[in-house]
Amino acid sequence: MTPVALVRELGFRAIRVVAELGSMLLFTLSFLRAAVVPPLRPQRFVDEIYNLGVLSLVIVGVSGFAVGMVLGLQGYNTLVRFGAEGSLGAVVGLSLVRELGPVLTALLVTGRAGSATAAEISSMVTSEQLDGLRMMSVDPMDIVVAPKAIAMIFVMPILTSLFVLAGLLGAYFIGVGLMGLDAGVFLSSLKSSIRFADDIGGCYLKALIFGFLAGLIATFRGYHATPTAAGVSAATTSTVVVTSVAVLIGDYFLTALWGFQI
Amino acid sequence: MMDRPASFDAHVRFDRVHMAFDGRTVFDSLSCAFPRGRITVVLGGSGSGKSTLLRLIGGLIQPEAGRVEVAGHDVTDPHTSLAEVRSRIGMLFQHGALLDSLSVFDNLALPLREHTDLDRAAIAQAVRAQLDAVGLGNVEGLLPGQLSGGMLRRAALARAIIRSPEILLCDEPFSGLDPASLKRIEILLTRINRQRGITLIVVSHHIASTLRLADQALLLLPGRSVCGPPAALRSSSDPEVADFFDEELDVEALDREERAAT
Ligand SMILES: Nc1ncnc2c1ncn2[C@@H]1O[C@H](COP(=O)(O)OP(=O)(O)OP(=O)(O)O)[C@@H](O)[C@H]1O
Ligand SMILES: [Mg+2]
Repeated sequence: MTPVALVRELGFRAIRVVAELGSMLLFTLSFLRAAVVPPLRPQRFVDEIYNLGVLSLVIVGVSGFAVGMVLGLQGYNTLVRFGAEGSLGAVVGLSLVRELGPVLTALLVTGRAGSATAAEISSMVTSEQLDGLRMMSVDPMDIVVAPKAIAMIFVMPILTSLFVLAGLLGAYFIGVGLMGLDAGVFLSSLKSSIRFADDIGGCYLKALIFGFLAGLIATFRGYHATPTAAGVSAATTSTVVVTSVAVLIGDYFLTALWGFQI
Repeated sequence: MMDRPASFDAHVRFDRVHMAFDGRTVFDSLSCAFPRGRITVVLGGSGSGKSTLLRLIGGLIQPEAGRVEVAGHDVTDPHTSLAEVRSRIGMLFQHGALLDSLSVFDNLALPLREHTDLDRAAIAQAVRAQLDAVGLGNVEGLLPGQLSGGMLRRAALARAIIRSPEILLCDEPFSGLDPASLKRIEILLTRINRQRGITLIVVSHHIASTLRLADQALLLLPGRSVCGPPAALRSSSDPEVADFFDEELDVEALDREERAAT
């Protein structure tokens, strides 16, 4: 490739990215508007909470418990070398609350609910259901996109809490149940290490932002899918990939800005 | 061009419409008129722009140049209220476009709940009346996915006419149906036109039903269009026009032979 062609190609891509970000911004504004301007649709919102949230409960709970058990095992085996097994609660608690809870929950929910959302909306595009709504003067933003995107913001903190609690339970089960650590030691180390504003606040801030990202990307990709079967699968795949990368990169910046300022 | 009837009241009118997708021209200065209270069948090969024509009428897409007038409103004018225009239009999409997640009843009730002040009982009554009109008795609790192709088409037709539109647009209402269902839809469309005086614009590949149904036929050919009574088009001296009908009749004959053979 000649240098000129390279520069041109780079320019094209840069413009595409900027254009996509711009249309995402407009999309965000229009679903936020649909969420606050009447007609409001509480029933649709509740339905979506059920679809996205309740159906993810088991996978998030089980995964949280498994991750907690691994943390408990690894943490105990490492700490015991330094005679510091008494801080197991602190190590596990901080890892879960600060990083693993919000990040892994976002990845799991994207795989379970984000992909389903993108697939559902893009197949509605393909089968002209959204055009059908437009012809009845019903805004698809209002009845399809906004309830799903807002529900995602809403369920993420709840599922993150579940993940963290299940993780702590898993670590407790390994540390106290299996390794014979004193329950009081585990719990007091956990309690004394976690600070409400910094750790819990940061955890929920991350969960809210990841929920926003997951909801936005899934609905945006679905809404702008090419109306073919290939378009549906492309929308679904790219939702999972883009959300996962966005969550991991976003996590770094959130941690840098929020977590270590003190 | 074929001779038009000396004068008629045009319900929908295209005036030098130019339409292109990514530089590929679909319509180059298309002008035609659809008479009020009549049935116009739109014919043309695959990709000739039949669906695009209907989408232009509904304001779902905008032309590059030209005017599309629906009941006196120019839908290409950004100041025109699309909601007002669309309240006069019913649209039957090729695959029905009923919402997958709602029952047949809720699909039909949706436009009434959105745009009228009718109470529950009145809506239920209207929905049942409309389903009866298309010969669907006991399906209101079913999801669209549980209906056969012919029933789905009829349910979608019921939704399209539930707000008593002046104009009904049908995208290939006969495709993919067995002969009995096909005949049923054909009768329903005729009845809708005769009894309610609704202007019908029907996209179809089906020559036999076109000849039975149409007051006027519009044939879309590459780069031009021909309009006139179907019988006149069929016996046209224009080879391309006559050829279209011929070819299709051959296919028809083949279909019949095959059906007879099995
Ligand atoms: N959204 C779109 N983006 C790009 N091209 C499009 C779009 N919609 C239609 N086209 C193109 O416009 C042309 C006309 O399409 P249209 O769907 O109107 O054809 P049609 O006559 O309805 O064909 P068919 O009988 O297959 O339904 C086709 O070449 C198609 O590729
Ligand atoms: Mg078509």
